[in-house]
Amino acid sequence: MLFDPLARLGRAGLGVLERLGRAHRLLLAILLGSAEVLLRPRLLIAQLYNIGVLSVLIISVSGLFVGMVLGLQGHYVLARFGAVESLGLMVAASLVRELGPVVTALLVAGRAGSALSAEIGLMKATEQLAGLELMAVDPVRRILAPRFYGGVLAMPLLAAIFSAVGVLGGFFVGVGLLGVDAGAFWSQMQNQVDFREDIVNGVIKSLVFGVVVTWIALFQGHDCVPTSEGVSRATTRTVVLGALAVLGLDFILTALMFGD
Amino acid sequence: MSITKGYQVRLAQVRRRRVAPMSEPIIEQPAPVTGGGDVLVRIRGLVFRRGGRAIFDGVELDIRRGAVTAIMGPSGTGKTTLLKLITGQLPPDAGTIEFDGEPVRARDRAALYRLRRRMGMLFQSGALLTDLSVFDNVAYPLREHGRLPASLLRKLVLLKLEAVGLRGARDLMPAELSGGMARRVALARAIALDPDMVLYDEPFTGQDPISMGVLVALIRQLNDASNLTSLVVSHDVRETAQIADYIYLIARGQVIAQGSPEALARDASPWVRQFMDAKPDGPVHFHHPAPALEADLFTRGRH
Amino acid sequence: MSRERNLEILVGAFMVAGFVALFFLSMQVSNLSLGNAAEGYQLTARFANVGSLKARAPVTLAGVRVGRVERVTLDRTTYEAVVALRIDAEVDNIPEDTFANIFTAGLLGEQYIGLEPGGSPEMLRDGDEIMQTQSALVLEQMIGQFLFSKAGGDS
Repeated sequence: MLFDPLARLGRAGLGVLERLGRAHRLLLAILLGSAEVLLRPRLLIAQLYNIGVLSVLIISVSGLFVGMVLGLQGHYVLARFGAVESLGLMVAASLVRELGPVVTALLVAGRAGSALSAEIGLMKATEQLAGLELMAVDPVRRILAPRFYGGVLAMPLLAAIFSAVGVLGGFFVGVGLLGVDAGAFWSQMQNQVDFREDIVNGVIKSLVFGVVVTWIALFQGHDCVPTSEGVSRATTRTVVLGALAVLGLDFILTALMFGD
Repeated sequence: MSITKGYQVRLAQVRRRRVAPMSEPIIEQPAPVTGGGDVLVRIRGLVFRRGGRAIFDGVELDIRRGAVTAIMGPSGTGKTTLLKLITGQLPPDAGTIEFDGEPVRARDRAALYRLRRRMGMLFQSGALLTDLSVFDNVAYPLREHGRLPASLLRKLVLLKLEAVGLRGARDLMPAELSGGMARRVALARAIALDPDMVLYDEPFTGQDPISMGVLVALIRQLNDASNLTSLVVSHDVRETAQIADYIYLIARGQVIAQGSPEALARDASPWVRQFMDAKPDGPVHFHHPAPALEADLFTRGRH
Repeated sequence: MSRERNLEILVGAFMVAGFVALFFLSMQVSNLSLGNAAEGYQLTARFANVGSLKARAPVTLAGVRVGRVERVTLDRTTYEAVVALRIDAEVDNIPEDTFANIFTAGLLGEQYIGLEPGGSPEMLRDGDEIMQTQSALVLEQMIGQFLFSKAGGDS
């Protein structure tokens, strides 16, 4: 009786470790199945459509609003220091370094990630995955690998669209509404935003987020209890764990990249 | 319908050339060295546990080539688990399973996939890919395992669909099919690669009498027309007894009776009688194991 | 077939949009368009004190940007700061006796290097050093000097 809580804790810990182990084994299997994606590019195209094309609208609208808010808020703060010329720099740097990759990853986890989990979970619940297995078709290669690469490839492109639209949104608000000088807006931005330091690092971030978010989504779907409740739990978990992983990893990546 | 008519005739033929019952003590039979001989699937000393409970405890059975073998037993005896063990989806805890003389090893993926191309399985749910049409579902294994020219592929798929009487439904999506039709499409898909054996997981469950009759006829027909070996897992006594050449009754983790349907119909053991005659109480109790009712009602407990 | 084709077209458009966005970020937002490390030529200049001058700070001539600071290092024998400048290739006629100053943009702004061309007919080539430099003005030092000279004037 006395050790009951301790035993529960231990069991929970072991459960987490076991899930982590299964998740890594799945990732390994997906990576080993990569050749399938190259041999059948059509599978990848379908997934780029599901994850990428279908997310473009929400990504660009969100990017526009985030950029516009950055323009307003940035102007408010910078005006106090008489440095409104740096508005372009502020908007672009925050988007390219942080908000672009992070908000895109959160949105993709919510829209495409949950859809992936539900799709895989339902395929498991309706024995479609087992059916493929018995047709001697490896579902990891045939179903999971194209979705994985679709997510990994779509993420940086979506993040770039988000940032680009956001910069334009900031430009409209800053230059169009608040009267910042257009030349200063662009030149400050161009002087201070570095290609390698900011843009390349931002792309690396969103690639990492793409791997993690898609991986979590596929694992939750593949590992779910094959019932309707299990599938709904899996989609919730994908969004929650995906968001946590993105934010946590963002801190680590930022510290590694910019924390000197 | 022509299928049912053909079936009537065929069934009569079948009854005449029913394979002879096997010699009883199978345990003493030596394991074959190469090939399976007359036996396609040979299971010896199969033990499978789940959560400490033995689902199978020393099951021995043979599935003969060209015959329709049925595995029957009450729900919860692990009939579906047995199919998973035969197809290598689960590894047994002990014992061997051989398909055509080759051991089924769940761990060796390449060998397993080679074996599975020789097996077709009909799932209870059909397990059709929901985002593909009927045609594409049947074409799926053909496309995955070979590069056939489009015209040949089309002919093959239409022939398979014709065999299950659904050539006209080729453009429907799985969501538009009734349960029985979905199962027939899944059957067409299961035989697309011309397998040596087809495994049926509860093919009659939840079917209306007509589609049940169609399925009964189809299983027998396909088995005899395409030189198949069929393994039917079911608890529908009447339908299964109609088409099976040989029946294994499984309960409590073991084969408790076996023989031709006629032999089982004459079997006097209370267990066989209860199952075959669908009696509510007998060796298999109506009640799930529990302490005596009085004791349970007058003690404290969480439930 | 046509549905599949539409899908391919949409995916193609998505990829194009993504790469256009990346291109926009690289060329219009970042300093990639302002000449990268491989272009232009390098000059060095030594300063007694560079203040808070950082790599990537602009180098201007008559207020027009002509290059950027590549790196700032310390000469450990002379205790001077050695600043490597990357000058755009098309600005190839900077006279030998050009003066390099470290200025501050605004009161609290970023520091940058301003070049004041001299009159020599000889031009600086890749790897040359600008001999005449003016260190950064450090605010604390200026205030200190001001107070000191004030005190000296009183006595």
